[in-house]
Amino acid sequence: MKILLAKPGLDGHDVGVKVLAHALIEAGHQIIYTGLRKSVEEIVERAKKDVPDIIGLSVLSGTHQILCEKMNLEMKRQNVNIPWIVGGNIPFEDVDILKKTGVNCVFPTGTKIQTVVSYINNYHI
Amino acid sequence: METKIVAKTKSEIKKVRLESGLDVKPVYTYKDEYGKDPDFAEELPGQYPFTRGIHPLMYRKRPFTIRQYAGFASPEETNKRFKFLIENGQTGLNVAFDLVTQCGLDSDNPRALGEVGRVGMAIDTLEDFEIAFSDIDLDKITVSLTINGSAIVLMAMYFALAEKKGYDMNNLRGTAQNDILKEFIGRGTWIFPVDSSVKLVVDTIEYCAKNVPKYSPVSVCGYHIRESGANPIQEMAYAFCIAKAYSDETLKRGINIDEFASRLSFNFDIYGNIFEQIAKFRAGRRLWAKIMHEEYHAVKEESCWMRMIAGGGGAGLTKEQPENNIVRTAYYALISALSGTQTMALCTFDEAFTIPTEKSAEIALRTMQIMINEMGVCDTVDPLGGSYYIESLTNQMELEMLKEMKDVDDHGGIMKGISSGKVQSKISHLAYDREKAVQNGAILKVGVNCYIKEDKKNVVEFHPYNEVAAKMQIEKLKRKRKERNTDKVKALLEVLRQDALKNVNLMPSIIEAVKEYATVGEIIVVLKEIYGEYKEPIFF
Repeated sequence: MKILLAKPGLDGHDVGVKVLAHALIEAGHQIIYTGLRKSVEEIVERAKKDVPDIIGLSVLSGTHQILCEKMNLEMKRQNVNIPWIVGGNIPFEDVDILKKTGVNCVFPTGTKIQTVVSYINNYHI
Repeated sequence: METKIVAKTKSEIKKVRLESGLDVKPVYTYKDEYGKDPDFAEELPGQYPFTRGIHPLMYRKRPFTIRQYAGFASPEETNKRFKFLIENGQTGLNVAFDLVTQCGLDSDNPRALGEVGRVGMAIDTLEDFEIAFSDIDLDKITVSLTINGSAIVLMAMYFALAEKKGYDMNNLRGTAQNDILKEFIGRGTWIFPVDSSVKLVVDTIEYCAKNVPKYSPVSVCGYHIRESGANPIQEMAYAFCIAKAYSDETLKRGINIDEFASRLSFNFDIYGNIFEQIAKFRAGRRLWAKIMHEEYHAVKEESCWMRMIAGGGGAGLTKEQPENNIVRTAYYALISALSGTQTMALCTFDEAFTIPTEKSAEIALRTMQIMINEMGVCDTVDPLGGSYYIESLTNQMELEMLKEMKDVDDHGGIMKGISSGKVQSKISHLAYDREKAVQNGAILKVGVNCYIKEDKKNVVEFHPYNEVAAKMQIEKLKRKRKERNTDKVKALLEVLRQDALKNVNLMPSIIEAVKEYATVGEIIVVLKEIYGEYKEPIFF
């Protein structure tokens, strides 16, 4: 599968997203990575251009709620219909709140990399 | 009659390899290959090459400075936390800025939405600094600014504030993190391309050497390099390569090594094997002293000192069973003290996932105070010096650090390695290897891959985002923009632009601009127009 990994917002922590990229490549997936500090608009545009099977957002600064709401609106505005997931420094309590924004799956802090890889491996488009 | 002791048959012993790649023997003696060099027997703290500590009496004279990382929401809120920490016995301040400030944006920038005051304090103009440090005596408490991409602006604000308050700039102490090269490796709050970023760091070093001689303009961070995945050897080696890069660029301006080297300091990570970390710092101190003296011909003792802050190690803390982090950080404190740190900024147990509560900040403070007052760590200098194991490891690690530094040089130097993304890629692979090792149990983490307790309940109290403070910050900024002398600000920003084009030291013109309440964002925009922005190399 082709996966777009993105870092929205101003957060500069990219160890996790890169570790995930390594694991997904090892699992046979193709990875496109945006790099740090991309606006949601830029990420959706990139998705439109590269047409990934799944988009993964990594947020560690605590702004996940605002960014996910924005992502939802921007996907609709640009008429992009690609499943997207979010991971990072997210408290368990926020998982259900985030799910209301249309995100397909949330991987809070402490998630094993293998859990994310299995989710993607088993994702049926 | 002579009796003979018969040795028990040897059983198979488990192989132990440190993260640094060094194998550990079950027992070390004076015959040990790396420990038998008698040189260390002659080494004394306070004497070159300072393996055992930079001062002869170390904590016997004065314990390390306690400088907990703090800052959130607005300058008003942060000022309250600063005062709480000082009242509770903290001896230095370590300021956290929000990402908006760190990225050089103003609080009302559309990109700042939801980020104002979230992970640190929001600063837009000098007025915010005036509020954040109100009723705090900058002569009595030293302040460390954790700022990098926009550091020159925040340092300018600090100097402007000190000047306005009437402090003697010749005696003003404090530290700025201001290590942009490591931001390209980990942490990521870079703004400008690598060369221009380094130029700005060198501007601050030059300015301080000439105008604020007791201020430490750069704290070179092995810390974030290690947090990004590097092993302890690479952490030190890359930090030294970075410190050398700043030194080389500063020397090109005709400043003597002894005019600035003593003001360079370091920030290192503490998590991992206790003995490996202690040996790491002892080896690091010796190696840095040799580099400064033998390679840079520094003659002043202080120029050869590896002064450091240590006590953080977020990567070693776990979300699982977070109370265990209190225990982990107590070990961190012990490691830093046994390593002879100058300053300690101990992680709070909740710091890896939220802004510390007042309670967790207090626990961290008390952890250090218990250690200082009840455990005897301040009684004697370098208490592990002379241990066969520690001395052997110290010698081995020094050699390994040198090898790693040579490898960087052989590949064109640290600036080239960072610009191309090669250094980052190497570290990212190591981070993945480590993650795999945790997953397959080769590295054990209590609560994560052993002694697991299935309990999803959060015991950590999450710091709520203060939206009211963020709104007030934006209103304050808008009011200040109206109140200030706009013509004067415009003229000063133009002076800055001209100075940047002329490629002279920008610190003086930035100080003048912030005094008239030019914003962080306005100054950074001027510089972006001239220097452009860093284009991140994409790699894994």
